[in-house]
Parts: sequence; C-alpha cells; structure tokens
Amino acid sequence: MYAIRAQGLTKYYGRTRGIEKLDLSVEKGDFFGFIGPNGAGKSTFIRTILGLISPTSGRAEVLGMDISEKKEKLLANVGYLPSEAIFYDGMKAGKVIKLSAELRKRSCSRYAEELCERLQLDVNKRCDELSFGNRKKLGIICALQHEPELIVLDEPTSGLDPLMQREFWNILHEHNRRGATIFLSSHILSEIRNNCRNAAIIRGGSIIATGSVSELSKTDARRVAIMGSADISALEGVRALEKNEQGMSFLYSGEASSLLRALACGDVRGITITEPGLEEIFMHYYEEEAAE
Amino acid sequence: MTVFKHELSRGRTSFAVWTVCVALLLSACVCLFPEMKGEMENVSDIFSSMGSFTAAFGMDRLDFGTLLGYYAIECGNVIGLGGAFFACLTASVILSKEEKDGTAEFLLTHPISRRSIVTQKLMAVFAQITGLNAIVFLASLASMRIVGEEIPFKEVILIHLAYYLMQLELGGIAFGISAASKRGSMGFGLGLAGLAYCLNLIANIAENVRFLKYFTPFAFCEGADIINNLALETEYLIPGAIMCLLGITAAYFIYLKKDIA
Repeated sequence: MYAIRAQGLTKYYGRTRGIEKLDLSVEKGDFFGFIGPNGAGKSTFIRTILGLISPTSGRAEVLGMDISEKKEKLLANVGYLPSEAIFYDGMKAGKVIKLSAELRKRSCSRYAEELCERLQLDVNKRCDELSFGNRKKLGIICALQHEPELIVLDEPTSGLDPLMQREFWNILHEHNRRGATIFLSSHILSEIRNNCRNAAIIRGGSIIATGSVSELSKTDARRVAIMGSADISALEGVRALEKNEQGMSFLYSGEASSLLRALACGDVRGITITEPGLEEIFMHYYEEEAAE
Repeated sequence: MTVFKHELSRGRTSFAVWTVCVALLLSACVCLFPEMKGEMENVSDIFSSMGSFTAAFGMDRLDFGTLLGYYAIECGNVIGLGGAFFACLTASVILSKEEKDGTAEFLLTHPISRRSIVTQKLMAVFAQITGLNAIVFLASLASMRIVGEEIPFKEVILIHLAYYLMQLELGGIAFGISAASKRGSMGFGLGLAGLAYCLNLIANIAENVRFLKYFTPFAFCEGADIINNLALETEYLIPGAIMCLLGITAAYFIYLKKDIA
C-alpha cells in the first residue's frame, strides 16, 4: 500500500507552472527523500497533496484516500512541518501545541511534553519571541505529537543547531521504526543520504529520477583525480573538468582502456579513481536545470 | 468549536477596547442630556433650520428637547459609527489574516473542513457583534436610569435593534471580502463602513439619489423614522438582508475553493 501516490498531478498558477504531470509513489513505512532545486515544485507538490491548493488536473491519494474527497480524514493521520513555521503572535508555545491537539480532537499532552523536553522548547515563551530555530521545534512538535501515519517535512532542519538536528533525526527514526512513513523534502543532500531509503528528484515540475538512494547514487561515471599532467583532450566522456596546480580532476564515463592509454603517455605522479558522491550526481541534475 | 473559541480569544482585546469605548461614549452622551435639555429649546430651532445638514441627520423630524430625540441623533451616531467600524474591521480580516500572517498553512493542515472553519469564524464575528451591542445596550439603559429620565423602552430597543442588524449586515458583506482577499483587507473593511455611512447622508441630502438608501444599512437606522413609525423599514431591511446573505454565501463559495499559497 502506498502512503502517497500521485498520477499526472498538475498545478498551474495562472500560466505559471507549479508541477506538471507529476507521477510519484511512496510506499507505506518508507523514509523518502524529495530533492530538487528551488522553484522545482517541491512545495507545490506538498501543498497539493495536503489540500492547501487544488490540482489543475491529475489525481493523488494519501494513505489510500483521494485528496479531494477525503481531505479531513487523511489530514487526521498526517503531520506536516512547513518550511516556514509561523504561528499566532502573542500566543504561548504551549497553547499552540494544545490548540493543534484540540483541532485534531486528540489528547496527546504526554508525548508533547516528552518532545518539548527532548527538543528543549520553552513552552511559556510567546510565538513572536521564539527564534527561527525554536519556531521550527514548535512546528516539529505540532507535526509529531499525535503520532501520525505520514509525516511530511519541508526543509525541516534549517535553523536547528547540530545537537538538536541529531535529536530530531533520532525522533524521526523512532517514528519510522514504529511504522510511520516519512516524506522529507530537502536540498541538503547529506540529510537524504544519511536518512532516506528511497528518493525522488524533481526538476521543472516533474520527477526526473526515482529509486533507492543507493541506486540513484550509482552511475557509470567515475571521478578521476590525477597529480601531474596528461593530455586528455582526445578522450570522450570527460565532464566537469577542473585543473589546479597539482593536476586535474574530472568525471569520466568513457572506456577505461582509453583513459589508461591517455594517462600512460602523460606525466602522472598519483591517481585516484572513485565513485562520485550523491552531491555530484545531484549537482549534475541541478546544473542541467540552470542550463535550460 | 475550537476555531470559534480560538477566534474569540484572539479578538478579546479588540473587542474589549471597542466595547468599552462605544459604551463609555454613549453613556457620556446620555449623561450630558440633563444639561443640554434646558438649552435645547433654542438649539432645536437652530438644528432644524440648517438646510441640508439638518436633513442629513434627520434633525428636522426629531425634537432635540426630549431624551428620545436627543438619543436618536447624538447617541445613534456613536453606536452607528462605532459599531459599524468594529463589525467591518473584525469581519474583514477574520479569514484573510490567516494568509496574511502565514498561519493559514498551520490551521488548514489540521483535520478540519474549510466549511467548518468559515462557519466558526462567521459565528465568532456575529458573537462579538452581539456581545458589543448587548453591553452597549445595557450601558445605555443604566446611564438613562442614572440621569433620572424615564426610559422609552420600545423606541430605544428598536433603535438598538436597527443598529445591531446594520452591523450584522456590514459584517456579512465584510466577511465576503475577507474570504476573497489574500493580503489583509482592513482597508476594505474601514472603507465599507465609511462608505455605507456616507451613502446614507448623501441620500438624505439629495432627493434625486434617494435610491442609494437601498445600498446602505444605515437607511433603516434613521432615528426619526423608527420613532415616528415605531417600526423598522422593511423596504430597506430586505435589500440589506440580501446583501448580507450574498456576502456570506460568497465567503463559503470562495474560501472552499481558494488556493492557500
């Protein structure tokens, strides 16, 4: 069963594209990363599946329920942390947590208290006095206190200090182990690599790649770094060439033997050939976007 | 009822300030009456011979020398303007402020239907208008008792009822504006209250634009008409009720489909 399933989901704001014919499936219980550059449509997708905006065409289901038909029912089992967590000025943090629980007709004060303690949030402070990071914590507590089946997070860690980030990931993994699906939108790739099992890359409003994080990181290309000099101008499959005083580095996706022949003719003092990191692969996607 | 309670709690300061101000001003007006009474005989003549100004406030048909005449004109303006501004301000931002302040994303991702949010917010607006009018009405009766005048209950109740209905109507229209707006709509609200008040004045002054009375709820709040007929003018009440319902219907229609960006 799918926690999120979108088919041909399209949203246009007037003439401006939000997302276009987006297909995406997230299995229940998954820890799923959603990656893409700014303006790619990440937030539009999230807002659409949560019913904040209505799709121009296409359909989507969340926890097996159609987003336009059973919005309230599905929202009861979803926790959402927006990228900019904003609350009612003048209201105390504790009151916001209580309001959120009341709006869900749930009493979850014990777990809320535990979360406040673990994230070190002062519930007696007024929302307008909270720093960006503390507002984020308040948002996290509101999104998690009712222990939802699906947790949707839009750039969750911005503003959190490293200790808090660690605690936050621990909490998320606890929820995931208990069966909750985590849908994490981020452009911090290390977060995706360290936490997610599967991921999708969105660009220009559509999904351009999806699969397990290890699969997505797999590529034929290798990062080649050499100390010294060699003539590689005749080689095919060289990308992202960088030269420095010591030597050069490039991504290579051509024949290994051609590479070795070219290097053998040069003056090479040292060589490393590695698999490129996730960062490099995504940078590649991002750059294509920028070039378009 | 969580949203309803939340709204009342959010609006309590504004409600208290407006209610106290209108009630105090109104009581002060009433308390001035005994002093004015002696001088009123001359004043009445002056007031009733100021041409269009007289007509604008209906002073040609009321006796300033009686508590009722004085109340209908002086105090009427206090409740009328104070109440209208409060109703419009409260209603015109009640939905749009969530988007303007960025809290809509929080509220609307909870398992509560938009229909229910609109209903509860509308109830909160009407509850606040009702509360203000109830307190102002009691303050008015108390101050009449204090100055020792006999209270003309029927007329006073009708005058207050007219102003109450006027505020509900403006509140309903402003509520519709609130649903349509994305960036706060306080200016629209204030404009609406001011416009409604001025339309009535203009319609009173110039005979050939009398039809404007159908577009403003101040039309059925004329003290002179209420006192002389001992009834509210259904001719103006009905279009008022229709505009109010249109505003509320529009609010549901718009807000249920609105994209919250």
